[in-house]
Amino acid sequence: MTKRFRPDVDAPEWKGGHTPYDIVKEGAIALLVVAILTLLLAIIFGSPDESAITLKSWSNAAPVDFAQDALSQLNGTSETATYGPPYNNASVGQELGPLSLAKWVGATMSFNPAKAFVIDPLKTQPFQTALSGALKKWSDASSITRHTWVTNYTNGAAHMTWRNGAIVVKASDSGPVPVFINDLTDMARTGALDAVLTHQGDFYTTNYTLPLLFLEDGNYLANTATHQHLAGDQWGMMNETGDYPGQAWLWLYTFWYQVPPFNSSGNGDILVWALMMLLTLLLALVPFIPGLRSIPRKVKIYRLIWKEHYRSLESTAVPPIT
Amino acid sequence: MFFLHIGALVPLNTLGHYIHWHWIDISVANFVVIVLMVVTFVAALLAPFPGRRRRKEHQ
Amino acid sequence: MSTEIDRQWTNRLRRRALKLLPPEKLMPDTQPTYVSSWIYVFGVTTMAALAVVIASGCLLALRGPQWWHTSSVGLFVNSLHLWSVEIFFFAMVIHLWGKYFMAAWRGGRALTWITGVVTFVTSVATAFTGYLSQTNFDSQWISTQAKDGINATGGGAYWNVLNTGQMLMWHIVLLPIAVVALVALHVLLVRVKGVVPPFEEPVKVGADR
Repeated sequence: MTKRFRPDVDAPEWKGGHTPYDIVKEGAIALLVVAILTLLLAIIFGSPDESAITLKSWSNAAPVDFAQDALSQLNGTSETATYGPPYNNASVGQELGPLSLAKWVGATMSFNPAKAFVIDPLKTQPFQTALSGALKKWSDASSITRHTWVTNYTNGAAHMTWRNGAIVVKASDSGPVPVFINDLTDMARTGALDAVLTHQGDFYTTNYTLPLLFLEDGNYLANTATHQHLAGDQWGMMNETGDYPGQAWLWLYTFWYQVPPFNSSGNGDILVWALMMLLTLLLALVPFIPGLRSIPRKVKIYRLIWKEHYRSLESTAVPPIT
Repeated sequence: MFFLHIGALVPLNTLGHYIHWHWIDISVANFVVIVLMVVTFVAALLAPFPGRRRRKEHQ
Repeated sequence: MSTEIDRQWTNRLRRRALKLLPPEKLMPDTQPTYVSSWIYVFGVTTMAALAVVIASGCLLALRGPQWWHTSSVGLFVNSLHLWSVEIFFFAMVIHLWGKYFMAAWRGGRALTWITGVVTFVTSVATAFTGYLSQTNFDSQWISTQAKDGINATGGGAYWNVLNTGQMLMWHIVLLPIAVVALVALHVLLVRVKGVVPPFEEPVKVGADR
């Protein structure tokens, strides 16, 4: 019994002719054309290079934003402090229905933001009476006392200002916290905090996790990105700085972030990931999906691709003898 | 080499230009790339392919 | 009677390879007559662009990841790398469109289609790690935003987009090897199976005489 021919799955056996085709020459021509096109585009348009934001440039340009970020690390309200895995267990992380993938893998890069971003960098400073006294006071205090100090300072920080080169917050009973915030801001403004957070006491490093997390927890980075139209709700994932083309191939990935429920869900990222993984799988499995695999035959764009083939068949076809 | 020193003849480091159409928000650059892709695809489908005469001779 | 030489891994592998892909099939000098459309050039154009991407990447590697920030020659080489990547994706997507509308998976060619899709996804990941390796504002923004998606899958616990060294090594070593291997497999499958024949259509007799 012969198998049924399925036009969307099976291909007819080619019994027709062949024609000379120099594929190595074709490849060489393609390489030459692409190389020339690349050279022309590079000469005409160049490429973008917006300088990185350092903690120094940030704290000098927006000292209040920097200080608010530092305070959010101390009071545990920063995005990093409340993130969950892989940085800590403050939350379960994003969930996909019953699947808590991030939580199951765990906090492999666990660290304490208050310690890592504020206390430890300040401890690297050489002896200064006010700072060293503040660090000792903090070290000797109970966690309840520390919490009281930080809360009182946070309440006053709603009206934080920058005046005469110092952070100004009206708050009573805030212990060493004003010294911490001011001295950390000074450290940042000199560039010392960049070095301390990046190098963590080592000479060499290629891991920028801590300074990047600290930078992201403020508003300066996001405001700069929004100005360049790179924010998530601006279809930013597709975009490049300036007028350069970006990553047009990410159009569908970024599209989901513009629409509900993805644009407002706390689990938006994992939802988009799961959907895109599913769609990618569907794309890979098109040969096995009825309907999807029939579209090419029904839409008939192939008639344009193989127009010469069909034309030559029609011109050589012999009518049946009647 | 002159062009190496100036970086680019038409530098695109200006603040980006964007097209807003209903809920679509796309950079002019990306829009141009996508339009060019569609145009190139259609042109590839329609343009006559050389060597037809040569193929007829060989058959 | 099989000899000792016949039983060798070398001999058996060579015989199997030659049976699957004899030289005239690996490097054919003819194509079926239906291969006569400009849409067929986009596969080779994608590969040509990949070659320029890799070559410009090697040039960037000569002077290290920071070179292009402080040298106009370095910036020019970076521009070559950026634009060849744009051409690479431009050509690859048009190639994908063409192959879809040809239903190029027909006749036992499903694996060719699947390797193509996997190559596309791997290329996206390679480009992504490239953007992370720029060591400028772009990489700062892209890494801090992308981390949320990757962390949400649990993958971020081991694949840390904020770790520039790790991302650079994925970009210049692991992912290019994967892309090149996948492209090689994809092209070899095309050589083994041949280019997919056209859909059969009822022929209008006597047309175009």
